[in-house]
Amino acid sequence: MTDNADLAISVRGLTKRFGDKTVVDRFDMDVPRGSIYGFLGPNGSGKTTTIRMMCGLLVPDGGEGECLGYDILTQSRRIKEHVGYMTQRFSLYEDLTIRENLDFMARMFRLKDRTARVDKALDDLGLKDRADQLAGTLSGGWKQRMSLAACMLHEPRLLLLDEPTAGVDPKARRDFWDEIRRLSAKGVTVLVSTHYMDEAVQCDFIAYIAYGRRLISGPAGEIPNIIGLHTWQVEGGDISALEEELREDERVGQVARFGPVLHVSGTDQAALDEVAHEHIKRGTHKWTAREAGLEEAFIYLMAGARDNFAVPGGAQ
Amino acid sequence: MISLSFARFSAVLIKEFVQMRRDRVTFAMMIGIPVMQLLLFGYAINSDPKHLPTLVQMDDSGPITRAVLASMQTSDYFDFLGAVTGREEGDRALRDGTANFVVVIPQNFERDVLRGLSPDILLAADASDPTATSGAVAALTGIVDAAVAQSLTGARQPEPRPAAPFTVTVHRQFNPESETPINIVPGLLGVILSMTMVMITAVAIVRESERGTMEALLATPVRPLEVMFGKIIPYILVGYVQTAVFLLAARFLFDVPFLGSPLAFFIGFNLFIAVNLMVGFLISTVARSQMQAMQISFFTLLPTILLSGFLFPFAGMPGWAQAIGSAIPATHFLRITRKVMLKGAGLADIASDMAAIGAIAAVVIVISLSRYRQTLD
Ligand SMILES: Nc1ncnc2c1ncn2[C@@H]1O[C@H](COP(=O)(O)OP(=O)(O)OP(=O)(O)O)[C@@H](O)[C@H]1O
Ligand SMILES: [Mg+2]
Repeated sequence: MTDNADLAISVRGLTKRFGDKTVVDRFDMDVPRGSIYGFLGPNGSGKTTTIRMMCGLLVPDGGEGECLGYDILTQSRRIKEHVGYMTQRFSLYEDLTIRENLDFMARMFRLKDRTARVDKALDDLGLKDRADQLAGTLSGGWKQRMSLAACMLHEPRLLLLDEPTAGVDPKARRDFWDEIRRLSAKGVTVLVSTHYMDEAVQCDFIAYIAYGRRLISGPAGEIPNIIGLHTWQVEGGDISALEEELREDERVGQVARFGPVLHVSGTDQAALDEVAHEHIKRGTHKWTAREAGLEEAFIYLMAGARDNFAVPGGAQ
Repeated sequence: MISLSFARFSAVLIKEFVQMRRDRVTFAMMIGIPVMQLLLFGYAINSDPKHLPTLVQMDDSGPITRAVLASMQTSDYFDFLGAVTGREEGDRALRDGTANFVVVIPQNFERDVLRGLSPDILLAADASDPTATSGAVAALTGIVDAAVAQSLTGARQPEPRPAAPFTVTVHRQFNPESETPINIVPGLLGVILSMTMVMITAVAIVRESERGTMEALLATPVRPLEVMFGKIIPYILVGYVQTAVFLLAARFLFDVPFLGSPLAFFIGFNLFIAVNLMVGFLISTVARSQMQAMQISFFTLLPTILLSGFLFPFAGMPGWAQAIGSAIPATHFLRITRKVMLKGAGLADIASDMAAIGAIAAVVIVISLSRYRQTLD
C-alpha cells in the first residue's frame, strides 16, 4: 500500500506456463480502485489463468504484483479475505441446496450474522421461495446469479468476475450490470472478463489479451484511438453487393455490417479515404466519416488474433 | 497453520455429512459392502463340505482296513468312488479334480498294527481349496482312531501297545499351508476397511476438483487442514459403523470369538482407519478424476488382499513379497485382529504391529503434505 494506493490491482510481468506452453506471457495490468475494468480476449487467450494468478489460485512462474495492497505471491490468504471471485465454470455444490451453498460460503468467510446475510442474498436474488432447491437443478442463468450472490456475501473490496453473464438472459444481464455499477459507485473495484461488446462498452477501462499477451489497454473510450482506427459509415443501395466488393479491396482493413449499415475501417487513413472518395464519386451509397467505435475496435482486434493463429508459432 | 478456525472446519464437516446423506448409492455401498462380503466369506466358513470324492489305494486289506474305510464312509466326509492301483493314478485323479482325497493303506498295514509298529495311513488331499478339504482332514484322525480301537477290541491286542496303533500322515498338495477359516473373518475386516476407507476418502476429495468446486473453495480463506479434517472425519465415523456391523455379524452369525482386550483392538483399529484415510488422501493428490481415484484405490487393494497374509500365509511368501507386504498397513492390522480376537492378546502384544502402522502413517503423511497444493496447479 505504498505508491499505488489508488490501484486495486497492479501486476508486472505475470507469466504462467503449463508444460512448455506459455499461457500468460509478461502480463502487466493496473486496475484503479473503484473502477470497472473489462478484460477481453478470444477463447484460450489466458484471461481465466491471469485472474487465478491474481487471487492466489495459481502460482505465477514469473512476475510480481499487488492485489488490494497485498503481495500476490506471499499474501494470498489476505487477498482471499477481501476478494470475491466468481469462477467461469459453476463451482458451487450441486448436491447442496441454494441456502446451504450460501450458508457454507458465509461460514468459510466467518461472517457475523450469517443467517441474516444469507436471507438477504436470497431475497435480492429473488430465490427465497426456492431456497431449498438443490443447486444442481437450477437453470444455467440462475446458477450464474447464485454464484454471483455467493461471491459477494462477504462484501469484498474487489470482485473478480470471470464471464459472469455467460448464458444469462438480457433482462438479468441488465440487472447485473446495474448492480455492478452500484457497487462500483460504493468503491468496490470490479475486474470482469467478457465476450460481449455491449458489456465492454459499459466498462471504465479495458484490457485486451491474446495468446497471453496484453495487446492493448486503456480507458474504454480511447481504445479505437489507441489502435488508430478510422471508420466510414455506409448506407443505402445494394449494401450486400458493396460489402462483397469492399472485402476484396486490399486498402480496406475491415468491413463490419450492422443491419443495413456498413462500417468500413482501417488503420491506414489515406488508403481508406481514397476508397471512400472513389465510391462517393460513383454515388451509389451514402458515405459518412465517423469516429471508430469500440465495436469496430474489437472486431479489428479479434481479426488480428485470428490471423496470428494461422502463423505457426507466431504467438509463442 | 496459525489459526485454525473451528467454524470453517465444522462447515466443511456439515457439508460433507449432507452430501453423504444425499448420495444414497455410495452410502448404501459403505454399509452394504462389509455385510455382503462377510456373508459371502461367512458362507464359505460355514460350509464344512461333506461327501468329498475319495479314492483308495489298497496295498493291504483285512478287518482293520475295512473298519477304517467303513467309518470314514459313515462320517459323511468321504465318498468312496473306487480304488486306484498306484500312486500315479491317484495323483492324476487329484490333479484333474475327480477326487479330493486319495487314502493309501500301506503294505503290511494289518500286520504292523497288530505288531504295534504304528504304520502310516497316507491321506493325499487336494489342498488347493483348503476350505473345502480342511474340515475332512481335521476329522480324519478321530474317525480312524475310533475305528481301529473298535476293531482291536476282541482281536489280539498288540503287545506292547503303542500310544497310537498307527498314525495318519496328511499330504496337502498344491498348497502346503492352509488357513483355518476362522482366520479369514478377522482378516476380512482389514480388507474391507482398506477398500472402503481408502476409496471413499480419495473419491470424496477428488470430487471437489473434478466438479470444479475446489476452485471456489480455494478462493476462500479456508486452510488445508480445515478441509482435510472436515472431509475425513465423516468417513472415520463410517469406518466405525462398518466395524460395529462387522463385529456383531462375526460374533452372532459365525461364532468368531473375541478373546482379547477390546481396548487394544480399539486403539489398533483407530490407528488403522487413520492410516487408510491418509492413503486415500495421498491418492487424491495424484488422481485427476474420481474414476482415476477409484482405479488407483482398487490397484492398492490387490496387494492388500494378496500380500497381507489375508489369503496366503505371510510366512510362506518369498522375501520380496514379504517386504512389500510389510509396507501394507492391512498386514499389520490383520495381525492385530487375529492376535486380539483369536489369541486373546492385549495392548502389549500388539505394540510392534502398531509401531509398524505408525511408521507407515508417518511416511504417507510426509509424502501427501509435500504433494498437497493449495492452488490449482
Ligand atoms: N491447468 C491447465 N493445464 C494446462 N493448460 C491449461 C490449464 N489451464 C488453462 N490452460 C491453457 O491455457 C490457455 C489459456 O486458458 P484460459 O482458461 O486462461 O483462457 P481464457 O482466456 O479464460 O479462455 P475462455 O475465454 O475460453 O474462458 C488455454 O490454451 C488452456 O488450454
Ligand atoms: Mg476463461
